[in-house]
Amino acid sequence: MSNATVAESAKDKDARPEKARRPASLWSDAWHDLRRNKVFILGSILVLILLLMAAFPSLFSSVNAYDPSTCDLSNAREGITSKHWFGTDNLGCDTYSRVIYGARVSVIVGIATSLISAVVGGGLGLLAGYYSRWVDVLLSRLAEIFFAIPSVLGALLFLSAIGRENAGAFTVVLSLAVLAWPLILRIMRAAVISAKNQDYVTAARALGAGPGRIMLRHIMPNAIAPVIVTATLNLGVFIAAEAGLSFLGVGVQPPTISWGLMIGDARRRFLEAPEPLIFPAIFLSITVLAFVMLGDAVRDALDPKLR
Amino acid sequence: MTAPTESILEVRDLVKHFPLNYGVVFKRQVGAIKAVDGVSFDLRRGETLGVVGESGCGKSTLAKLLMALERPTSGSVRINGRDITTARGAELKRMRRNIQMVMQDPYTSLNPRMTVGDIVGEPFEIHSDVAPKGGRRQRVQELLEVVGLNPDHINRYPHQFSGGQRQRIGIARGLALQPEIIICDEPVSALDVSIQAQVMNLLERLQNEFNLAYIFIAHDLSVVRHISDRIAVMYLGKIVELGNDTEIYDNPTHPYTQALLSAVPVPDPEGRETRQRIILQGDPPSPANPPSGCHFRTRCWKAQDVCAEQEPALEVRPGSAHPSACHFAEVRDVVNAE
Repeated sequence: MSNATVAESAKDKDARPEKARRPASLWSDAWHDLRRNKVFILGSILVLILLLMAAFPSLFSSVNAYDPSTCDLSNAREGITSKHWFGTDNLGCDTYSRVIYGARVSVIVGIATSLISAVVGGGLGLLAGYYSRWVDVLLSRLAEIFFAIPSVLGALLFLSAIGRENAGAFTVVLSLAVLAWPLILRIMRAAVISAKNQDYVTAARALGAGPGRIMLRHIMPNAIAPVIVTATLNLGVFIAAEAGLSFLGVGVQPPTISWGLMIGDARRRFLEAPEPLIFPAIFLSITVLAFVMLGDAVRDALDPKLR
Repeated sequence: MTAPTESILEVRDLVKHFPLNYGVVFKRQVGAIKAVDGVSFDLRRGETLGVVGESGCGKSTLAKLLMALERPTSGSVRINGRDITTARGAELKRMRRNIQMVMQDPYTSLNPRMTVGDIVGEPFEIHSDVAPKGGRRQRVQELLEVVGLNPDHINRYPHQFSGGQRQRIGIARGLALQPEIIICDEPVSALDVSIQAQVMNLLERLQNEFNLAYIFIAHDLSVVRHISDRIAVMYLGKIVELGNDTEIYDNPTHPYTQALLSAVPVPDPEGRETRQRIILQGDPPSPANPPSGCHFRTRCWKAQDVCAEQEPALEVRPGSAHPSACHFAEVRDVVNAE
């Protein structure tokens, strides 16, 4: 017995000092990895600039003081000048200002769609995975119905059905989110099913924890990572989809400024005046790339298994 | 050893059959895994009942049934006279205060996204009337101290602790609601031998301090002997022998118990070579299709016709003082035999 008490008093000796300062919450763990990731740093700088552009476009366009809506037809298709850095379009509007102002719709559509699909898909996936049985059957079959529709084609059909006069950023978000939540549901459901069989969930049940507490405190923190990853990767996809739908004329409508619309307007005169097409296209590509880089880095940090 | 007092846990004819379904759309039941097949025993206040048996004999299912984590097919589990198997909702939640669990694997039984303070304090959040909100943090620190952890580590995460320390966290969580019964489902089998002794001593100290009753599930006979007042030997969903530690270890009457004990490693090389080993033939039969009569007869050297026809009851047999489920029960000291 005396040996035992000696052993008990030595219980703290097998602590692991090298890990002692590192907390293990989802975000601090991820942050630890992200800070060292060059792709993340580059991606987030680009995204920050883009967000600033979307929130305060006048900060960027005020340099040459061209309001995107004051256009001078006599200056149409002017090419690059000291006044118009990116040239002017068919109607003589300054392309530089319009590109800057066009960031707002892209950012709003990308973030709103991603957020809505993650909340709806994640929430329903949590319920489907936790309750299984008929709740799962119902939600999963419903998701499969939406899953069967090709997403851009489905959004195109939906948006052309409601007509141009009703189309706008809101309907674009709605149509993309309606088609995107089933993927999130599947990912969440799978993660929940593997998390709910863990011993710590059984331990919580043994303590008398109800379904709400088990889902929110025990299962969700351990199942949310792949959803965050997918939602981040989707940001770029949705921005590209918005530009595509606007290009086709069913997305946001003028006078709202959108890169997709600008590209669509400029394409007929591309050989005469390439600037109004090339610059929004470059901005669109860099934006999508920035969000994909961000998504990749977040995936590596949060969910190495997905790699 | 503890003097016999009133029993706080009464298990009667507990049965759990897991249905085996066949078919995709129209599921029909083609059989059942008889994980626990008619188990009865009592547990007295402050007593430790060891449950031993090989893998797959229903030990862990028994623990889940006692914890009301699984609903039994039939039978009852009475805690202080109230049946936990039929309790629902608020009543079940109240009864859970009295019976808690220490799980096998300390690496999976603690939520990696919660701090130690949150893990040990969660019982107080679920049963909010046990500790006042302001005093919870202090209660958690007291509990950490009781199980021999540094109370200042309250904000650390499980991965910052070693296996033995994690098991102490699990024990602190089990103690939080001041239960009378703690079910230990192989609490030391995932730990190093040196850490096993520390955790066993902690469990013994806590038992004396809080007058806890343990159901101690293990497959390591020496661990069980060390801590148990009484021992139940399980084979294929049934208790085959039940007695106090000297009855089981020195005077086993069931052939299966004798075979198990003859396999215990002996540290003393003197006479080790010459001692009797009972080597059983074959594997345990499938619990989906157990043998008729006595479940052990297919591997028993004493088996006769009556064993296939008649199921031996767990009862006191002539020539021994404790119950044994064998038609031909007789004392044979395999541990001390030369």
